[in-house]
Amino acid sequence: MGDMVFYLFALMTVLSGFFVVFSKNIVHAGFSLMFTLFGVAGLFAMLGADFLAITQTMVYIGGVLVLVLFVVMMTRIPAQNLPKSSFNRKIPAGIFSVLIFAIVFKVIGGTEWNVLPVDAPEATISMIGQKLLTEFIFPFEYASIVLLLAMIGAAILIRERKIDDDEEVQS
Amino acid sequence: MSEHAILWTALSVLLLPMLSYVIIFFFGKMLPRKGDWVGVTLLGATLVQAVRIFVHFWQMGDSQLRYEGGFRWLDLGQFTADAGILVDGMTSVMLVVVALVSFLVHLFSVGYMHGDRRYERFFAFLGFFTFSMMGIVLANGLLFLYVFWELVGLASYLLIGFFFHKPSAADANKKAFLTNRVGDFGFFIGIMIFFTAYGTFNYMELFAQMQLAPLTGALLTWAGVGLFMGCIGKSAQAPLHIWLPDAMEGPTPVSALIHAATMVAAGVYMVARLLPLFDPNALLVIAYIGAITAILGATIALVKTDIKKSLAFSTISQLGYMVMAMGVGASAAGMFHLTTHAFFKALLFLGAGSVIHAVHTQEMPLMGGLRKKMPITFVTFFIATLAISGVPFFSGFYSKDAILAGALAFGMQGKTMIPFILAIAAAGITAFYMFRMLFMTFMGKPRDEERYSHAHESPWTMSVPLLILAVLAIVSAGWKGPADSWFSKFVTSYDLPAIAAEYGHQEHHIVESDHHVAVDDHAVAHVDEHADSHAEAAHGDSHGHGHGDAHDDIHHKAHNMAMAMSIAIAGLGIFLSWLAYMKKAFSTEAIRTKLNPLYKVLQNKYYFDEFYAATVYKFVLGFAWLNAAFDRIVIDGIVDGSATVTKIGGWITGSIFDRYVVDGMVNGVGNLIQGAAQGMRRVQTGQVQTYLLYVCTSIVILVFVFRAL
Amino acid sequence: MMEVGLTHYLTVGAILFTLGIFAVMTRRNTVALLMGVELILNGANVNFVAFSRFVETSIDGHIMAAFVIVLAAAEAAVALAIVLAMFRNFGTVHVDSVDSLKQ
Repeated sequence: MGDMVFYLFALMTVLSGFFVVFSKNIVHAGFSLMFTLFGVAGLFAMLGADFLAITQTMVYIGGVLVLVLFVVMMTRIPAQNLPKSSFNRKIPAGIFSVLIFAIVFKVIGGTEWNVLPVDAPEATISMIGQKLLTEFIFPFEYASIVLLLAMIGAAILIRERKIDDDEEVQS
Repeated sequence: MSEHAILWTALSVLLLPMLSYVIIFFFGKMLPRKGDWVGVTLLGATLVQAVRIFVHFWQMGDSQLRYEGGFRWLDLGQFTADAGILVDGMTSVMLVVVALVSFLVHLFSVGYMHGDRRYERFFAFLGFFTFSMMGIVLANGLLFLYVFWELVGLASYLLIGFFFHKPSAADANKKAFLTNRVGDFGFFIGIMIFFTAYGTFNYMELFAQMQLAPLTGALLTWAGVGLFMGCIGKSAQAPLHIWLPDAMEGPTPVSALIHAATMVAAGVYMVARLLPLFDPNALLVIAYIGAITAILGATIALVKTDIKKSLAFSTISQLGYMVMAMGVGASAAGMFHLTTHAFFKALLFLGAGSVIHAVHTQEMPLMGGLRKKMPITFVTFFIATLAISGVPFFSGFYSKDAILAGALAFGMQGKTMIPFILAIAAAGITAFYMFRMLFMTFMGKPRDEERYSHAHESPWTMSVPLLILAVLAIVSAGWKGPADSWFSKFVTSYDLPAIAAEYGHQEHHIVESDHHVAVDDHAVAHVDEHADSHAEAAHGDSHGHGHGDAHDDIHHKAHNMAMAMSIAIAGLGIFLSWLAYMKKAFSTEAIRTKLNPLYKVLQNKYYFDEFYAATVYKFVLGFAWLNAAFDRIVIDGIVDGSATVTKIGGWITGSIFDRYVVDGMVNGVGNLIQGAAQGMRRVQTGQVQTYLLYVCTSIVILVFVFRAL
Repeated sequence: MMEVGLTHYLTVGAILFTLGIFAVMTRRNTVALLMGVELILNGANVNFVAFSRFVETSIDGHIMAAFVIVLAAAEAAVALAIVLAMFRNFGTVHVDSVDSLKQ
């Protein structure tokens, strides 16, 4: 039963992942990314990472994806006026992606993983909270600063700028 | 002071200049006077802290005293890297030298850079440079040495190109940066050889491991040569000295601070610090390179008329002396000369800056007779000239004499005499060209009345540093022979067996992590024996521990001989210079025409730049063109298939035929270069995606090459 | 079919990672390129959590994954702002048409 659920989620993740990559229509790609992210959240849940599954759903699907879709809609230009690329990257990129996957796959299959026979933890939220406020307090605070800076940076980047910016020219 | 206090003081020496940089860089424009007082005050505080450390070591009087502190910076499984500082006698001297010169240059710049549009930026960069230089001095391991090594390179780049609107300055800083890169490449290889062999970056652990399980043969030699390549680049040794004269495009205080007193000495300091890692063969290379550089710089300085260029070649020559001292085993003498040179060469540069500030030219033929207008500058410049020429009772005499004695002893011990001969010849030439500079600038009649009439003595912020440096150029002599000079209190050769005993057993990760060096437990038994022979062979130093009477005897004899010879040759140089430029007993013009070919060679700096232009640059361009051709024909051909082939075919018939055959060969060369540039642009598409493709390709290739699976 | 274990999760992670790499290398629309980056990050996250579940007894892998999510959010915000600015200045979102620094 549990295996069936895993395969369901895995299939959903991988298939929609392929769709994200190969879809010509960017809006379709965005929506299939939603399924990929949802599939990953399901895998998290299967792994007993309840907190991460919820975070994934809320932050990624609720936040990032909405943002992506907004930008997709704000920046759409008709598809036909694409300038032709001078250098077709698809074939070598495909070859080397497959090769890299083969290498990674061989590592996964060829390694004797030291799997511990432990059960999935009951609830991870309190454990994560404890760790974040003790052992990982520094990275935690850093992350908050990074978020703040990202917010400010994004706001500065998209603000309307006046052309006659004297200060910029001088420095 | 306790160990704790010393380390914290040293840390403050490192971080105060950084604070100055941060404050001035971000808030300089808002501060009154654009924040120059922040820089001067903080550097003053740095100097006080550095002097406190110096005084501590002076009082302890133990050259083997060593304080070390740090923390684990990176812990990535088997790879660990520590950050830390190491304070010993050599460090304490260098700290004072750097802090003092930097402080005086800050003070001098208040007057010199007055009214510059980017005034505050200049002080910020000076602070940044001082921070990086302190980092080099204080680092306790190769990794951080390398980090700060690159940071001073950056600071130097920024400051050489400070007047970036001048094309010559923009070119000069690029040249300096790229030339240094060649040296740093070797430096990095050297560091990595030692790291893979011993698994640590820490100096003391490296020395200890060298005693317990020495590397052998060619690998050790090449590792040493690699490390020395860093010194060749940074300390402007032949054949990578070409960047230093061009670096004079920077503001004169920068030339004094970075390209005379401190940064260029970093290479020498590095070699002195890492001396146990060089084997006799590498040291021989060092001695030869140093001696060749000394004579090369001195001869070129003879014919240059630009006062700063001439001083730059003089710096190259003096750096050659220091490097040679490292090679012949007189490391303490080399460090001593580094210190005295820092004072008198900074003084010469600041004096030259004062002159340039007054007459607005760097050409010596346009100066003359300035001693009446600028008495303070003249007197201090005169003192510095006496010091660099090796006149007794001035600092340069004692340090240069110690080096010459070391070189002579090196020769008398049955090794090569060539370094000594080149060095003593350079000493005579140095005396000659320095007095030539003095006579042409300050003596005689003014050659350009208009400039002369506008000349004036500089403000106090400029003359006070000159006076302080002049006092130091005299006082730092110490007036003692090399064996018991004040410097021997601070710098001696390392007590390697003691280091091996102290650090050898702390770190066992060499044995655990399967590096290629197996440590034999029995090796400890013959450590002492090995260390003694090693020390004697490689860095037999008169200040080291007794190596027997015969050894001391040679040094004693060498010292007396070298002193007599250096006084004689310096006197000869000064006398000839006086005859030529004051007495006009013979015409320099006549000599110049008679020796015209030689003059031309010297004037063109031995054609080093032309040589590189003809070989290295051509090679690089050609290689780029080859790459480009490969990319264009092979890679694109496969990918784009016949379409590209057709296009190339069309291009060949179209543009090649039209342009080269129809227009003839006139534009041939120009087009070739343009083609190379175009080709390089094709590899550097500027598109991250293509780069990522290169990266993936490389990963796959590397995996297959190393058969990691 | 063997029981679902660590290798299965790792394989899913590897597939996501490779797909992401491929997307980043080939997509010309900047937004699609960013989606590729998200795929890469998710592939890594699956690995983190899988290792945390099967190999480690601690919960550190979860915390790493949480940080990755945080950083991905920050990255998406900044990158999408750049995309918007790029669209406003160049009228396009194609990575290879924005090359005015090359000339």
